[in-house]
Amino acid sequence: MRDQLEQIKKEALKQIEASDALEKLNDIKVAYLGKKGELTNVLKSMKDVAPEDRPKVGQLVNDARAVIEGKLEETIAVLQKKVREEQLNKEVIDVTLPAKRSKSGHTHPNTIALEEVERIFVGMGYEVMEGPEVEYDHYNFEKLNIPKNHPARDEQDTFYISDSIVLRSQTSPVQIRAMEEGKLPIRMLAPGRVFRSDEVDATHSPSFHQIEGLVIDKNITFADLKGTLAEFAKELFGPETKVKFRPHHFPFTEPSAEVDVTCFKCGGDGCRFCKGSGWIEILGCGMVHPNVLSMSGIDPDEYSGFAFGVGLERIALLKYEIDDMRLLYENDIRFLKQF
Amino acid sequence: MNTPLSWIKAYVPELVVSPQEYTDAMTLSGTKVEGFECLDKNLEKIVVGHILSIERHPDADKLIICQVNVGEETVQIVTGASNVAVGDKVPVVLDGGKVAGGHDGGALPEAGIKIKKGKLRGIESCGMMCSIEELGGTSEMYPDAPESGIYILPGDAIPGEDAVELLGFHDTVFEYEITSNRVDCYSVIGIAREAAATFRKSFVPPVVTATGNKEDINDYLKVSVKDNKLCPRYCARMVKNIKIAPSPVWMQRRLAACGIRPINNIVDITNYVMEEFGQPMHAFDYDYIANHEIIVACAKDGDTFQTLDGQERKLDRSILMINDGEKAVGIAGIMGGDNSKITDDVKTMVFEAACFDGTNIRLSSKKVGLRTDASGKFEKGLDPNNAILAMNRACQLIEELGAGEVVGGIIDIYPETREGKRIPFEPEKMNRLLGTKISAETMLEYYKMIELGYDESSSDILIPTFRQDLECMADLAEEVARFFGYDKIPVSLPNGEATTGKLSYKLRVEQIAREVAEFAGFSQGMTYSFESPKVFDKLLLPIDSPLRVTVNILNPLGEDFSVMRTSPLHGMLNSLSTNYNRRNKSVRLYELANIYLPKAIPLTELPEERMQLTFGFYGDGDFFDMKGVVEELFEKTGMNKKPHYKPASDKPFLHPGRSAEIIYDGITIGYIGEVHPEVTDNYKISERAYVAVIDMPSMIPFTDFDRKYVGIAKYPAVTRDISMVVPKNILVGQIEEVIEQRGGNNLEGYELFDIYEGAQILSGFKSVAYSITFRATDHTLEDQEVSAVMKKILNGLQGLGIELRA
Repeated sequence: MRDQLEQIKKEALKQIEASDALEKLNDIKVAYLGKKGELTNVLKSMKDVAPEDRPKVGQLVNDARAVIEGKLEETIAVLQKKVREEQLNKEVIDVTLPAKRSKSGHTHPNTIALEEVERIFVGMGYEVMEGPEVEYDHYNFEKLNIPKNHPARDEQDTFYISDSIVLRSQTSPVQIRAMEEGKLPIRMLAPGRVFRSDEVDATHSPSFHQIEGLVIDKNITFADLKGTLAEFAKELFGPETKVKFRPHHFPFTEPSAEVDVTCFKCGGDGCRFCKGSGWIEILGCGMVHPNVLSMSGIDPDEYSGFAFGVGLERIALLKYEIDDMRLLYENDIRFLKQF
Repeated sequence: MNTPLSWIKAYVPELVVSPQEYTDAMTLSGTKVEGFECLDKNLEKIVVGHILSIERHPDADKLIICQVNVGEETVQIVTGASNVAVGDKVPVVLDGGKVAGGHDGGALPEAGIKIKKGKLRGIESCGMMCSIEELGGTSEMYPDAPESGIYILPGDAIPGEDAVELLGFHDTVFEYEITSNRVDCYSVIGIAREAAATFRKSFVPPVVTATGNKEDINDYLKVSVKDNKLCPRYCARMVKNIKIAPSPVWMQRRLAACGIRPINNIVDITNYVMEEFGQPMHAFDYDYIANHEIIVACAKDGDTFQTLDGQERKLDRSILMINDGEKAVGIAGIMGGDNSKITDDVKTMVFEAACFDGTNIRLSSKKVGLRTDASGKFEKGLDPNNAILAMNRACQLIEELGAGEVVGGIIDIYPETREGKRIPFEPEKMNRLLGTKISAETMLEYYKMIELGYDESSSDILIPTFRQDLECMADLAEEVARFFGYDKIPVSLPNGEATTGKLSYKLRVEQIAREVAEFAGFSQGMTYSFESPKVFDKLLLPIDSPLRVTVNILNPLGEDFSVMRTSPLHGMLNSLSTNYNRRNKSVRLYELANIYLPKAIPLTELPEERMQLTFGFYGDGDFFDMKGVVEELFEKTGMNKKPHYKPASDKPFLHPGRSAEIIYDGITIGYIGEVHPEVTDNYKISERAYVAVIDMPSMIPFTDFDRKYVGIAKYPAVTRDISMVVPKNILVGQIEEVIEQRGGNNLEGYELFDIYEGAQILSGFKSVAYSITFRATDHTLEDQEVSAVMKKILNGLQGLGIELRA
């Protein structure tokens, strides 16, 4: 019987070694270890074995089984690995073939620039507000300290709808609307369309966007204005950006300033982009004029504030190096796709 | 406003500064320098030459050979110029030097032109004699130069000396951007005052001396002003025995640098004083002033007048005129008349320096369609106290230049003297506004530099009348800030009560709308808010369409930009058209912008501005792709009810069989459809195009960002498929309505999985198949429960004439 087992084992191992496919191994497993397999048959013939020898024979059968099983598993593993490798080899693809993209659309560069500005000021506690684009003359002008026949009205080439209604020439009237709401303090940002009768060309458009900022509180100073806009410029144009405040005149702020930032192309050394000056003008600002505060029902002795206005297109053109403003309103997909 | 540095230095003698330093410092103190030009930037090695001899070129008829003493040596120069003679002093550019331009007077090359010695037709020429064009000027601006030919220097010029100096070209011309509030800076004196303060140098304005003979102007002229409001001051003086001649070169140079062409001594003096004092002046020929009387009064409606440029101008009663005893001789503050202008034959003249109401001049200038240097200054509102200074300065120049004999006395009609304002001096308040700690003494020093006085007893700052812009503490604070330096003001951040930074709810919804649109492949466009009324025809809108009721612009840039849009479609279709015509394939665009709907015509209040979300595309996709985008938007904004689509009948710009109103919870919130083929033709799009417009104010109330978790189903679903024969005119929407109404609480969903028309189906019918799913949240559904509901649904469908397919 020992010899018989030895024979079975030997034969099984030989067959296993000779196998080159997983299916064959399975057949071998069934042939030797299955319910009707050869080892099982040996076990079945145990009844012919003397009872005292049975444990020994049992042991021998189990040993043989273990050896065959071990060899089977080992061989299966090797063959499986081989099959997987063959599969992988067959499945090689050219990874440089073109990608399959989901065709998502693109945000308008104006909006991208606006969202950057909004992100910065919302982070500083500003609420984003809106006001009407068709606006009363007295909000667009009078309450901003620009009475009828003020020369500044000529500078802005306003579109009129009637004697008392205009297409707003600036986002500043939203300042007045915010102040008239009467909730203090105010930290607001008001982006939107504005209109001026400029003929369309590479640098002008009769319709463009501004972003107005307004802060009203007790003890707001010109130093606060400088600090706020310096932070803004650094966030928008990079941490190395410096700002320069130049005195200027706006009827609704006093003192007023125009703000230049160091050219973000050359860092201030002077280049074609900044026309050699190293500086680029980006916005106008100032301390809210006491007349404007009083007209909106705020006591200029108790409260002060600052306001600023940024041209959105100007930021977008500068930041994305767009050389013709008309591109922003043509909506040619080859342009929009770049953003 | 342009000024040469030399003129500024004349009144700020201690000023020593490079052009760039001047530019930077003036800009930082509030007088913005836009740019500068050094007149000598390309003039190198140019000296006075003395022509010692001239001989003819042996091989060229048009050339001459000159021996020219240039100081240390004598050089030979060959030239084609014909206006030089032996003994002339001329500017000579030496070998290796540089000139600004060519002799033809064309555009000046940026780097100038280098001059080297060479041979002209075999004869050596060492250097070049210069014309005014080669020196960078024109004979128009430099009338002392011959029209073509070499500039001839004065006889006393010393050979070898710097000719550029002699020509007055070692100068820099600055261009300023003066803000509208600083009328005083539209003058050399105003800018010089600022320059002196900026550089902390003393300001030495010209000393105006007494002028005039022993006669009395009142014996010659009578002046009356009928409207003192429109003409707060009128000064007149007279000059007789006028000798018209060119003005001296120094005056010509200053005018040329300011961009003013020198004409003759009288014209040049008025222009010179206008630049210097910022006060426009006018001169009338006394012999053409009827009755020797000047009356300042408004015109009458319907009057016409010929200005000195020969143009006929229409007048009305709001326009202030200068009249003589019989007729008008000038439009006040704008332009004089042809009938009394100064000619070369003038013997006696009346000088006018007046102050007119700025607003009136501005409006009149618009009405007569004429804007002049003078009106541009008057309309800003001039200081009446400046008028007399300018007048006397002009007379002083007349005498200095020997241009005539000034008649003694002055007629000065100035009933209400303009006094300077007082503003309380509040240094603490100013420091609080600026965020600075500047001492009161320092502030007063700054004020003194710009001629603001201080009354210690009342502690008021005394404002001179030329500073009409200073009215309150904030204005005074700016004066302090300017001279302290905006750059030296510290930097801080507001530190008051904290506020919450946020977007409004509307803006949040718009942000999500943009995300959905872009996710679905639409790129954001922007179009103008105004358009042509003709677009309504392109969109096939009937004449009585309410969309034709528009907000109109009174002063549009043209018809194409004349009405505020009442529909976003033109903007979208126009953009699609642009893309189509540029052969861009499959373009998807969206726009978020307002339409403007008048509440009443004529407009008594602001129109309604409604934000529209507009989608448009051509190329890949169809009606149902567009519908998918709309529903994606609803889902992402928490609009979880099923939207309904009602075939649209009132949208002439859409395909009548392929358009629908979008209805949510019973409310129409937009429309969707294929663009009418006639409309796509109108926009030159030769493909099907689709649009959807969502009226955001209608949609926003349904949006909801509140989310609540509903347990994931534990019990199995039961699905039943039904296949139906449906009359063709029944919409699947009607079938779905029945399923929804009759499906009961356990209806989980339904899905259309087949729709078919054609063979095997009776004509007039279509085959429609739905898969309907039921699920209960608390038990496994029994077969008979589902069958009962299905029966209800089928009964309902039968009511629509629908049969189950065999």
